Amino acid sequence: MENLIGLLVAVPLLGAALLLCGGRRLDGKGHYIGTVLAGASFVIGAVLFADMLGRGEHDRALHSKVFSWIPVGGFRADVAFQLDQLSMTFVLLITGVGTLIHIYSIGYMEHDERRRRFFGYLNLFLAAMLLLVLADNYLLLYVGWEGVGLASYLLIGFWQHKPSAATAAKKAFIVNRVGDVGLSIAIMLMFTTFGTFTFAPVLTNADHASEGKLTAIGLMLLLAACGKSAQVPLQSWLGDAMEGPTPVSALIHAATMVTAGVYLITRSGAIFNAAPDAQAAVVAVGAVTLLFGAIVGCAKDDIKKALAGSTMSQIGYMILAAGLGPIGYVFAIMHLVTHGFFKAGLFLGAGSVMHAMNDEVDMRKYGGLRKYMPVTFITFGLGYLAIIGFPGLSGFWSKDKIIEAAFAKGGTEGWILGGAALLGAAITAYYMTRVMLLTFFGEKRWVPDEEGHEPHPHESPSSMTIPMIVLAVGSVFAGGLFSVNDAFLKWLEPVTGHSHGDSPLSAAAVTAGTMVVLAIGVALAWAQYGRRPVPRTAPRGSLLTRAARRDLLQDDFNHVALVKPGQYLTRGLVYVDHKLVDGVVNGTAASVGGLSGRLRKLQNGYARTYAVSMFGGTAVLIAATLLMRAV
Amino acid sequence: MTHAATVHSLWTTAAAAPDKIPSPDIEYGQLSPTLIVLGAAIVGVLIEAFLPRRQRYVAQLFVSVVALAAAFAAVIGLAAGDYGTSKAHVAAMGAIAVDGPALFLQGTILLVALVAVFTFAERRLDPVVHGNRVDSFAAQAAAVPGGDAEKAAVKAGFTTTEVFPLVLFAVGGMLVFPSANDLLTLFVALEVFSLPLYILCALARRHRALSQEAAVKYFLLGAFSSAFLLFGIALLYGYAGTVAYSGIADVVDGQVRNVTPALAGTMGNDALLLIGGAMVLMGLLFKIGAVPFHMWTPDVYQGAPTPVTGFMAAATKVAAFGALLRLLYVVLPGLRWDWRPVMWGVAIVTMLGGAIVAVTQTDVKRLLAYSSIAHAGFILAGVIATTPDGISSVLFYLAAYSFVTLGAFAVVTLVRDAGGEATHLSKWAGLGRRSPLVAAVFAVFLLAFAGIPLTSGFAGKFAVFKAAADGGAGPLVVIGVISSAIAAFFYIRVIVLMFFSEPRTDGPSVAVPSPLTSSAIAIGVAVTLVLGVAPQYFLDLASQAGVFVR
Repeated sequence: MENLIGLLVAVPLLGAALLLCGGRRLDGKGHYIGTVLAGASFVIGAVLFADMLGRGEHDRALHSKVFSWIPVGGFRADVAFQLDQLSMTFVLLITGVGTLIHIYSIGYMEHDERRRRFFGYLNLFLAAMLLLVLADNYLLLYVGWEGVGLASYLLIGFWQHKPSAATAAKKAFIVNRVGDVGLSIAIMLMFTTFGTFTFAPVLTNADHASEGKLTAIGLMLLLAACGKSAQVPLQSWLGDAMEGPTPVSALIHAATMVTAGVYLITRSGAIFNAAPDAQAAVVAVGAVTLLFGAIVGCAKDDIKKALAGSTMSQIGYMILAAGLGPIGYVFAIMHLVTHGFFKAGLFLGAGSVMHAMNDEVDMRKYGGLRKYMPVTFITFGLGYLAIIGFPGLSGFWSKDKIIEAAFAKGGTEGWILGGAALLGAAITAYYMTRVMLLTFFGEKRWVPDEEGHEPHPHESPSSMTIPMIVLAVGSVFAGGLFSVNDAFLKWLEPVTGHSHGDSPLSAAAVTAGTMVVLAIGVALAWAQYGRRPVPRTAPRGSLLTRAARRDLLQDDFNHVALVKPGQYLTRGLVYVDHKLVDGVVNGTAASVGGLSGRLRKLQNGYARTYAVSMFGGTAVLIAATLLMRAV
Repeated sequence: MTHAATVHSLWTTAAAAPDKIPSPDIEYGQLSPTLIVLGAAIVGVLIEAFLPRRQRYVAQLFVSVVALAAAFAAVIGLAAGDYGTSKAHVAAMGAIAVDGPALFLQGTILLVALVAVFTFAERRLDPVVHGNRVDSFAAQAAAVPGGDAEKAAVKAGFTTTEVFPLVLFAVGGMLVFPSANDLLTLFVALEVFSLPLYILCALARRHRALSQEAAVKYFLLGAFSSAFLLFGIALLYGYAGTVAYSGIADVVDGQVRNVTPALAGTMGNDALLLIGGAMVLMGLLFKIGAVPFHMWTPDVYQGAPTPVTGFMAAATKVAAFGALLRLLYVVLPGLRWDWRPVMWGVAIVTMLGGAIVAVTQTDVKRLLAYSSIAHAGFILAGVIATTPDGISSVLFYLAAYSFVTLGAFAVVTLVRDAGGEATHLSKWAGLGRRSPLVAAVFAVFLLAFAGIPLTSGFAGKFAVFKAAADGGAGPLVVIGVISSAIAAFFYIRVIVLMFFSEPRTDGPSVAVPSPLTSSAIAIGVAVTLVLGVAPQYFLDLASQAGVFVR
């Protein structure tokens, strides 16, 4: 069984290699190869899952060492895998949702002449993400982490002929680099602190290290997580990343990439548990981001960007939960899985709508689509109900638990965090209802595209609708299934640990409160967009609305706070380099050259001169030797 | 302990007891590498005398290659028989040391010579003259350049196949030089390898006047330096009453055993020791090409036929550094505090002088000559370490450097225009576009000279600088690194010239060599890369070999 773990990564990697190196010969069948291999990876994952269920809950983890990667003195890095319940959860999510997205892409990318390459990148993305969650040490995790960064860069910029896509890809890459620096520093700190970066020894010895060091490691890990998971302050790439093809957005937002940060923090739980300050920072980041993303999501008219804001916000929930410590880890992962279902479904639905509307993304130019695209409407609608936490659907179970856990943090902190989470739930209900109303209800507000083609909305082909249906089923039932007998809690508890907090509010009270704010959110959106006709062009809006449309001025902030000073610094350094460093270097070079020219003249070609030089040299040699003896 | 101290050397025994001459006890097996090479040289002379002209080339080449290979096998056999380590001792009545450094250097010299012979035998580069393939050497050395006799010789298709026995004689001397264990053997060996080199330098087919001028200069200055050396030997004899290394070392250490009555007035006089030691040192520094005894180097390297230059630059340096090491580590270790500061000075001016003057050179052979001077300085830094690591690092450096040098000069023979080799640097502009392979190979050698990692140059330089730093010569290392930086400039400049300049319309063409030169270059590249990528085995070998017998 252990050997299958390596295969899990190798199969999609093989797909990537085949598709990217295979050349034109594979153009006709590349998408099938990619999809089949992704599916094979899922099957392997399922086999391993079945095998894991067959074992007792304390010996479910599997280890598999492939080879010794860098053995240098005391430094050892192995390519070795660890498959425990946490990794297993991710494996199933990544390969399962990933495979569905592959299937969907067959239809979605049908007319793209670089489709083979696209599937190669998708496979690479899966392989990197699987490596990330299966590594048994931080260094190998880092390899997967960078692989994810690379694959996301390639996919976001897939339509590189669009300057906006190229720019978005670069932005995502660069912002992610900032986070990556955090991860690499964390790994170095780990090595100096523990002498290893294999999970087991690092995490079991975490208590023995000084709190200062653990806080430093924790903060660096948080920085890394912020980058990959698009958390404040490294959130700015996520919205622009919508430039990629929609299946990519679904993959990034649901199954891979943004979940990596949550995985990292949950995996490193032992470090955070022993470093309360770092944990507080995690919670703060999560709480701020969940509101930030939600507010941004309210103001966007671009359907994908609205969903992007929502992702940011939902990941904020997960980070918040992970920051709560053992009260929250399980719920963070549970929300991650349910979110994987409904967010993938929503994105695929959005893609389906765009497919029908000549790639129009402005929701103000949609309207009334429920009649034309019934399957998309229903699946999207179920995803919508799941994300706002409609009772009984997936999101309800997981989000409710997080809000409960936030209150259970206790004290003022608990009230603030719980309040933020509740407020977030209200805003979520508002903006998701808005998306729903603008897209599927109301008047037709369609306009011809630039070439004058009137859109003729139609239902998408079955290769696209079937994944949407499957995901919708998951969106409806996954949460409930997980909560039967606390199944998910019991599954994950041996890895992450779990403790019940001391909540000032009863679970019922929290649920009731959530229902109330949910109703308020939905009602507000209905009042604004359901009852009145929606203008095709957006009204000017309040100051907050305008700020939110500009992503709460994130880019302006980055520009003023980072780009400008950076430019001044570089210019200054360039100036110093030109005048001072180059001056010294060129001066030295010139003087060496001059000296060389003069010394060269000594070499005049006469043997007598040479003999004199030898004679003089010998005289000096003798004199110096005698002098040495004399002194 | 030592053989030599109890038995006396051959020379002193003869001087002290004229009435009783013991028959010398010679260990022929242990001297076999030298004997094989010298024997083959004599066979070469006989070939010249008795074989018809047409058959000489093949016969000479065959004899040379077989002899060098056999001698190398003999060295390996001796090393495998532990003569380099536990059985190391002084052979031939105290005249020749058979020990680790001697065997390591002899092995290096033999391999270098073998590869050099390939370049000597190259006959595809020059265009065919009157239906005869010709090599780099004059048709008839005795003919006046440009005279009728020369024209007749060229027309008759004469070639100077004497170069092969000459090389073998030189190699024979070089094999003895680093293993010489008394001063007279040292001197004899010096002359045995110098004289053939003087002649070889004069044998260029093209630019014969330049070649002959170089040979005369080399001869005059070599004779001049030999005079110093010999005078130094006399002074040391006056000081110690013996020319045997161990005997002198004993006197330096204050353990005088037998005072020769005739020398009672001078023995133990430190002035004689210091002056004599400095003069012997000077003789060796001349061969090494250390500043200020280096001035012959550029002229001779430029004028000599390029295969000879390559052989000389590689093998002479190995032999001379071997002799220098033995002199300083066996004879004069007791004098360490006297010679070290002086050698510091020599090393510094050699490193800086070679590197700085090289910057403005315009001829590729002169450039390589100055580069060899700078490298002599780097090796001196390792010599000065006076630690076992110092010895082994120098041994490794010599092995690495000699193959780079051979390869580089072999590449120089390929780049030609109507006047023969195109050595002016301006003609090398854009070579990388026209002959990317040759330019790339040359670039590898240049990078090795510059000491870039993954080449043998880096491993060698790192080893000597590390040994020097550990041996307390930190400032020397700093100057060495600065010199390396200066040197990197002109090496990289050639690479830039080859790859990033527009080719000249009247630029040289690259001749297609026979497998002989190709294999010489290929061996150079292979050794450069192997010693650069995986130097550890060879460093271990050098450090096993790094103990002198006394």
